[in-house]
Amino acid sequence: MSAEFYGVSLRSPLMMGTAQYPSPEILREAVQAALPGLVTVSLRRESAGEQAGQSFWSLIRDLNVSVLPNTAGCYTVKEAVTTAHMAREVFNTEWIKLEVIGEPDTLQPDVFGLVEAARILSEDGFKVFPYTTEDLIVAEKLMAAGCEVLMPWGAPIGSGKGLNNVFGLRALRAHFPGVPLVVDAGIGVPSHALRAMELGYDAVMINTAIAGAGDPVTMARAFSLAVEAGVLAREADPMEERDMAVPSTPVIGKAMLS
Amino acid sequence: MKIMVNDEAHDVRATTLAALVEELGYGGARIATALNGGFIPLARRGETALHEGARIEIVAPMQGG
Repeated sequence: MSAEFYGVSLRSPLMMGTAQYPSPEILREAVQAALPGLVTVSLRRESAGEQAGQSFWSLIRDLNVSVLPNTAGCYTVKEAVTTAHMAREVFNTEWIKLEVIGEPDTLQPDVFGLVEAARILSEDGFKVFPYTTEDLIVAEKLMAAGCEVLMPWGAPIGSGKGLNNVFGLRALRAHFPGVPLVVDAGIGVPSHALRAMELGYDAVMINTAIAGAGDPVTMARAFSLAVEAGVLAREADPMEERDMAVPSTPVIGKAMLS
Repeated sequence: MKIMVNDEAHDVRATTLAALVEELGYGGARIATALNGGFIPLARRGETALHEGARIEIVAPMQGG
């Protein structure tokens, strides 16, 4: 049973970023190989001469995939809220991946600004996907601010370190059983994404791990298979872990040969 | 009138944001605009007057994570 994000079921629990690909053509092939539930996009200054944004938009539109605009690079509530408004007009969607960054070395969310921006935007009709930490209390404040989805980080953006705090992510899952949860940021290889899905997360958000691979198209497919395996594994009700060995081959009927 | 667009100096004839977008060659493009840090929706560009020294931002879709 797949989760609904603000009432919408995605075709896949894989969310793909569109940045850092070696070329637009490789991005297009990667999206076609993985068939993600959505792709994230952003806004940047447009030069009247080049109009690079227009050709990017035409590529995304032709892929016929849902888009989730972000507020990446925003360090203040005002910047993030203004960017969200611009994104709503440009992309014609109320969905916004809200990032309010605290400092540049870790790109850790400024959770205080995040909660404030989430409240302002939710009251204005936005469907907010907040990029947050695994902190339970922050998560509660985000829910109270109007968020119906949470996107905790696995590790710092672009680090590829995977799930840095499995305990924290598991606690968040247990604390919000009905809330769609997405691991955003820090995933490096498909096993990290699979692990997130096995923990009960509803989706994973991947950019650098695919775009930065030697062969992004093959890696996109690998992530697509990994999240599918995770969904199946969870539906199949995994066995309990034990400290001691238990023979899997029956002992009864074993020949006496000693 | 001297204004800043995306942090570059421009000397323009336009007196409204809508006219500026046309004058600079963005007509028909999928863009969003801000004046002095505040979002100006498409529907309000025509009534938004420019003044000397105005800071305009014009943004468009871009790759993002």
